[in-house]
Amino acid sequence: MSQLFSKKNKEVFSNPLSITNPVTVQVLGICSALAVTAGLRPAFVMGLSVTIILAFANVIISLLRNTIPNRIRIIVQLVIVAALVTIVSEILKAFAYDVSVELSVYVGLIITNCILMGRLEAFAMMNGPWESFLDGLGNGLGYAKILIIVAFFREILGAGSIFGWNFVQQFHLEDFGYMNNGLMVLPPMALVVCGCIIWYERAKNKELQEK
Amino acid sequence: MEQLLSLFVKSIFVDNMVFAFFLGMCSYLAVSKNVKTSLGLGLAVTFVLVVTLPVNYYLFGFLKANGLEYLSFILFIAVIAGIVQLVEMVVERFSPSLYASLGIFLPLIAVNCAIMGASLFMQQKYGGDVHDGVSAVVYGLGSGIGWLLAIVGLAAIREKMQYSNVPAPLKGLGITFITVGLMAMAFMCFSGLKI
Repeated sequence: MSQLFSKKNKEVFSNPLSITNPVTVQVLGICSALAVTAGLRPAFVMGLSVTIILAFANVIISLLRNTIPNRIRIIVQLVIVAALVTIVSEILKAFAYDVSVELSVYVGLIITNCILMGRLEAFAMMNGPWESFLDGLGNGLGYAKILIIVAFFREILGAGSIFGWNFVQQFHLEDFGYMNNGLMVLPPMALVVCGCIIWYERAKNKELQEK
Repeated sequence: MEQLLSLFVKSIFVDNMVFAFFLGMCSYLAVSKNVKTSLGLGLAVTFVLVVTLPVNYYLFGFLKANGLEYLSFILFIAVIAGIVQLVEMVVERFSPSLYASLGIFLPLIAVNCAIMGASLFMQQKYGGDVHDGVSAVVYGLGSGIGWLLAIVGLAAIREKMQYSNVPAPLKGLGITFITVGLMAMAFMCFSGLKI
């Protein structure tokens, strides 16, 4: 038991949450991270889906890693990921239909999410299933963290609500002349908000700065 | 004909792959350091899009006729991976110089979200804007050119930006994000454009 939660394994899990964050440090999986962050609900569902798919894909690839011929490994990885994404997409359609409509093509795009390919190539092909599971969980949660931060600012400033609970209308803030900034829910501001998060993180942690 | 032209212009400017849907962002940010390589990658992406979309269009029609739509993800990604492999072999055989200049980017196109994204948008537009093989080709060409414009534009700005004094924490990735955001804002003025 103590071996399962050794210091190294804890780092495998916790590093992606901060110093090797997939989105802000490794620059992976930007496409969907920006596209689904107009509201907190789709961002939350997307983060959860990617975490689950990444953890399971990592485990499956790690179990198969010694049997996959090197030349066709990318196609094998893609097919396994595509199968998992199809399952998640069907589950979303069955139990959370309106969120799956909101996410539209971006659920399917988890297949080509670079985080998945990156982690499968760099970690799962070389490590055992348990470490790979932790790595997948850590990276998925690191991704979800950025998604939720970006979505939080965009939804509060852009639509004046949190998880669809509209506090601007609730407290009649319009009467005091408060206006929502409609630009925040449009695509360009996702990039700017994400840029500002990177700015903040790198100002705090000087090791991450580029020369 | 008018419909095709409208679809073409719309897919380049209004529904730009990068600025409206953030597709192909990973390679977009990683490769846009100089104009020459980004032009090569842009052309390769356009070419793969033009070849893949009609193939995926007919395959999706076949799936739809048999009620197997849920298999579309696996089928699309298999077709894309196969076609990228094929394009790689053809380019290597007939134009070794182009092959050498594209290098690693050619196989990486298989996991470029722009290709998969265009296929999935095509699936949404099936029977509407994209209703036969020709319109699928036009949609692929337009999306590809839109992506090409975006990456070459960003590469040109980044080449110039090397000489400017950016605050240390913003250097590299941070300022690139904000630049793309500003470019996206500029592209928003095309929204509502109709022919």
